[in-house]
Amino acid sequence: MKMKGSEAIVASLEAEGCDVAFGFPGGVMIPLYDALMDARKLRHILVRHEQGAVHAADGYARATGKVGVCMATSGPGATNLVTGIANAYLDSVPIVALTGQVRGDLIGTDAFQEADTTGITLPIVKHSYLVTDPADIPQVIHEAFHIAGTGRPGPVLIDLPVNISLAEMNYREPTGFDLPGYKPTVEGHTKQIRAAARALVDAERPVLYAGGGVISAGASPELLELAEMLQAPVTCTLMGLGGFPGTHQLFLGMLGMHGSVASNYAIHECDLLVAVGARFDDRVTGKLSAFAPHAEVIHIDVDPAEIGKNVRPFIPIVGDAQHVLARIVDEVKALGPEPGRTADWVARTEQRKEEFPFHYDEEMQEGELAPQYVIEQIDEVTGGDCIVCTDVGQNQMWATQYFKYRFPRQFISSGGLGTMGFGLPSAIGAKIGRPDKTVVDITGDGGFQMTMQEMTTAICADAPIVVAMLNNGYLGMVRQWQDLFWEKRYSATCITAQPDFAKLADAFGAVGMKVTERDEVADALREAIACGRPALIDFRVRQEENVFPMVPSGQSLDEMIGGHAPKKRRAKAAGGTPAAGKTATPAGRSTKPAAAPPGNEAAAPPGKKAGAKGGAS
Amino acid sequence: MKHILSVLVENKPGVLTRIAGLFARRGFNIDSLAVGESEKPGLSRMTITIDGAEHPIDQVTKQLHKLINVIKIRDLDPDLTISAELMLVKVRAEGDKRSEALQIAEIFRAKIVDVDRNTLTLRVVGTTEKSEALLELLQPLGIVEIVRTGPIAIARGRP
Repeated sequence: MKMKGSEAIVASLEAEGCDVAFGFPGGVMIPLYDALMDARKLRHILVRHEQGAVHAADGYARATGKVGVCMATSGPGATNLVTGIANAYLDSVPIVALTGQVRGDLIGTDAFQEADTTGITLPIVKHSYLVTDPADIPQVIHEAFHIAGTGRPGPVLIDLPVNISLAEMNYREPTGFDLPGYKPTVEGHTKQIRAAARALVDAERPVLYAGGGVISAGASPELLELAEMLQAPVTCTLMGLGGFPGTHQLFLGMLGMHGSVASNYAIHECDLLVAVGARFDDRVTGKLSAFAPHAEVIHIDVDPAEIGKNVRPFIPIVGDAQHVLARIVDEVKALGPEPGRTADWVARTEQRKEEFPFHYDEEMQEGELAPQYVIEQIDEVTGGDCIVCTDVGQNQMWATQYFKYRFPRQFISSGGLGTMGFGLPSAIGAKIGRPDKTVVDITGDGGFQMTMQEMTTAICADAPIVVAMLNNGYLGMVRQWQDLFWEKRYSATCITAQPDFAKLADAFGAVGMKVTERDEVADALREAIACGRPALIDFRVRQEENVFPMVPSGQSLDEMIGGHAPKKRRAKAAGGTPAAGKTATPAGRSTKPAAAPPGNEAAAPPGKKAGAKGGAS
Repeated sequence: MKHILSVLVENKPGVLTRIAGLFARRGFNIDSLAVGESEKPGLSRMTITIDGAEHPIDQVTKQLHKLINVIKIRDLDPDLTISAELMLVKVRAEGDKRSEALQIAEIFRAKIVDVDRNTLTLRVVGTTEKSEALLELLQPLGIVEIVRTGPIAIARGRP
């Protein structure tokens, strides 16, 4: 069928089942935007900055499991996508980014709004195309969706010179893929699967360590079945939250730098660690040489390059998490796990959970909310049935600790790249993908200001999201590091010079609220959810609250600070009540670093450690 | 240990950049890289040499495999591999030096491909070690310029 290149792009996107694209036009994108006006199935959401488009596509993809699509013009439009593309790359999120490019004959001449988009994005894409023949459009888009969404998902970029969009071409439906170099391994190796099942049945202290791969593969039912059958405790990475029900008795919480005491000790003491769709990131492992020191490791991942990259596994299995876990379940069933084999181990982890829960000072002064309380109330008010998007920093860590994620694709957060400003646009994308769900963006006053122009997008796109801002007037996580490791020298982290966010929300046409008192929190949340419009609640929280427990960067997971519960909580817990001020170390273990008490009076920072300096988020 | 990787890639724009970029950002140092068309239409073959002691070779190959345009990688066994590089070297050859240069060229079966009053240009084909040995002998004469392709390699016998 004869049509223009731009029409072929729209037709090809629709043929891939793409029903929404987030974008912002520009000179070389006029032909494509013209064709979008006549699109029947494809809805375009106009953002207010291209970074918003790519994060929205990312949030849409994570919430729905489909490929997210964003588009931007050449030059500055494309470079504004870069952060979001890197974000999707590090978190393995399937997105297709369409960028305009200057006319083919102008490429390389430093033309107006020209940037080498494929060059700039080369290290942060799964694959990219520069289209040079309009006849290639259907095939390129077909391949791009396939590459983005299969294997280890990731971003694919298509750079479209404007002459390609303008050219007349003959649209022919793609008939398959011509990708001889792309064959993701889905099925795991049978011998390895058998060996893994045998090791699992033999283990006395197993831990299942689930990452984002469990969610992207849709392997949650298999993970649950395996955990229950073996009575093996489960811990999740930031990316894996929701992959296993947070309300389940076998769930230990998140692991790593701000993970639960129960998770981190379970890792430290287990005899078998099964990593599923996880990549042993430094925020998870702490000091790598001291990670899971007593465990044999089984590593299941669809990306062979992840296996052996940081940790050398005892049994490596390359394959899709869902396929591999389903087969391990079958093998374990056939072997027949010995009932009660892990009972002591589970009891020990249970005791840890009771003894060292996440905790905070529940006595709130007037006008000083505990940020953790706000998160608990979001869980309470929504009954845990909402999608939570987060920004990056303290708000994100509290969101992992105080909300129980119950189902996959419920928790959407920037993990690998740690992109501040991700929360709001990703929440808009999630809401557009899942209009049936309440979507709450848990953000901070710092991150919100990085992409707050997207409030307009939420209004125009009729995406009634709830922005729950934990406003502490600081870039909180960096301030926390300065507090603990830099002698409280708060360089450039105090941001109390800020707009009145409730009024700002109002000015955007959203509902704005300010909450300072404990007993107003739940009502404000209810009102925001019920109002049917985008809403922002400015929660005034304690300014110098820290996230605990914490494993200082570069230290071993058993060297947590601030993990112990205050006395009154512990009194409720079963078992002994160790003296206040001790670290969260199991009985008999040496207490290496000094314990920082919970809350803001971090009395005994462990001192400046060489490894503790870089990269707070 | 030096590893010789024979990498079959799609002959598409940007492939070389993708591979070079991957090596750069993962911190792998390439000792040499030679590329040309292969026996299959649309496919090129690269010969990449890399120091295996410096970088875990399986990470290198796994990361390379993730590139969509990379079709096949072989880590060639040096004992079962024929490798050769082409080198052009221009040396000073005035007066007595000229006959010495000619003798050395003869021993190494290097061809004299250019001559003028002051210099000789030699062309030699062989292993990297042979090129190195030749250069060592030519050094005292005064080397003006060296150009090397880096080795290309092929496995012996059947694949």
